[in-house]
Amino acid sequence: MALAKGPDMIKGWLRADGRKGIRNTVIVAYLVECAHFVAAEIVAEFRGRDVQLIGFPGCFPNEYAARMMERLCAHPNVGAVLFVSLGCESFDKVRVSAAVEASGRPVRTLVIQKAGGTRGTIAAGRDWVESALSEIDTVPRIPMTAADLVIGTVCGGSDGTSGISGNPAAGRAFDLLVGSGAACIFEETGELIGCEEIMATRAITPELGQALRESVRKAERYYATLGYGSFAAGNAAGGLSTIEEKSLGAYVKSGDSPISGLIKPGDIPPRGGLYLMDVVPDGDVRFGFPNISDNAEIVEMIASGAHMTLFVTGRGSVVGSAISPVIKICANPDTYRALADDMDVNAGDIIEGQRSIDEVGREIRDLVLAVAGGQRTKSEELGHREFILTYKSFEPIGPACLPRIA
Amino acid sequence: MTDRATGPFLLLHPDDNTLVARANAPEGTEVETEVGPVRLTRPIPMAHKIARRPIAAGATVLKYGMSIGVATADIAAGAHVHVHNIRSAYTASVVLQDADGLGKGA
Repeated sequence: MALAKGPDMIKGWLRADGRKGIRNTVIVAYLVECAHFVAAEIVAEFRGRDVQLIGFPGCFPNEYAARMMERLCAHPNVGAVLFVSLGCESFDKVRVSAAVEASGRPVRTLVIQKAGGTRGTIAAGRDWVESALSEIDTVPRIPMTAADLVIGTVCGGSDGTSGISGNPAAGRAFDLLVGSGAACIFEETGELIGCEEIMATRAITPELGQALRESVRKAERYYATLGYGSFAAGNAAGGLSTIEEKSLGAYVKSGDSPISGLIKPGDIPPRGGLYLMDVVPDGDVRFGFPNISDNAEIVEMIASGAHMTLFVTGRGSVVGSAISPVIKICANPDTYRALADDMDVNAGDIIEGQRSIDEVGREIRDLVLAVAGGQRTKSEELGHREFILTYKSFEPIGPACLPRIA
Repeated sequence: MTDRATGPFLLLHPDDNTLVARANAPEGTEVETEVGPVRLTRPIPMAHKIARRPIAAGATVLKYGMSIGVATADIAAGAHVHVHNIRSAYTASVVLQDADGLGKGA
């Protein structure tokens, strides 16, 4: 690995749990849609500074959302958290606040019904955020290497190029990062139908292999209930011949490393290696689609500790994310030219014969380390901080999912 | 082995017996295969596949170094590899008239 921009140059913010962050963000989180505007007004005062808005819109309680919020607010990129509550919503604000306090971070909860309504809460919130920014300036910074990183990958706005340039290049980057000790997460079991047997052979234990197979079968059942067809006729016109070929186009984002574990949203990889995230809810179909948009998937990987996300797109996307930077990899050279200001990596070079998959994979790896060292991604520069959290339901992972052997 | 594109086709993995079009390749285009240069007998749209070497009926079709199905007929080097000569090892693909990628609806 190049010494000049090598991992030794990365200075992370050290958190009480031993994890290291690549950003030091103040989060303002609304706990019901009724508090969204007030929370957004608090954040608006800090444009250009690292103060970010997240939240949960529902008034009914949900264990998944509660756990996700705890994980997100104790993410290593987060320095302090302000919760904004209306007062009568069902979200357990005491529990989430206690979890953040236990993580050693400054935390405050403002209840609009008791804090003087809109104006009073905005004023109190802005004062608290200002003091929190000063307080987290003193968080110690220590050297950090690739082995401290958790990296996720998703694809969205896919087209025929995604599976032949962007996703294989992201896979090569994953191989390099896993080789350096990072934990890398891929997901979307619904797009892995037909890959389960190949995937199972990469598991580090036969029991984990079986768990991987079962997660894909669960996705198959879930999407069948929702009325999803797995292979659309348009896929064939686009050059895809079989369901397994279509799935492999998404699967190659995972690279060639052995699969070390199966996690669910909010489970933090215990060590370096490659992990599959099972994002499909357990039990009966209750709250609708597993993930209603790309950012819902990104947020789930951040809840599992992802310091940044590799986002592969062919048709084009402009999103970033709250909490953790998004690196956008454009698979289609025409889309890259049309949206160059929004794209971090032009994997379209592979389509045009300018660079190999290996070369683009190395560029992605180098960019991951540079962003960990403080370089801002295109979406960060532009101020993108998309966030979505909705209702879901999961059972805990089984004992075979995180084998202890290496 | 390099995966850099040297013509209109990409080799995605050294083990593959298919090549993927990285642009629309017209009929008559000369393509380097493992059995020497061949001319395309039909246009190959972007992201469609041709055989990198002769593939026998019943053989596994490889892309990304992994199986994408089974050949249902002998496929010559340089020939289009698609729904008419391979099948899924899982479930049959539902296809329309435009599956060749050349129709108006494609």
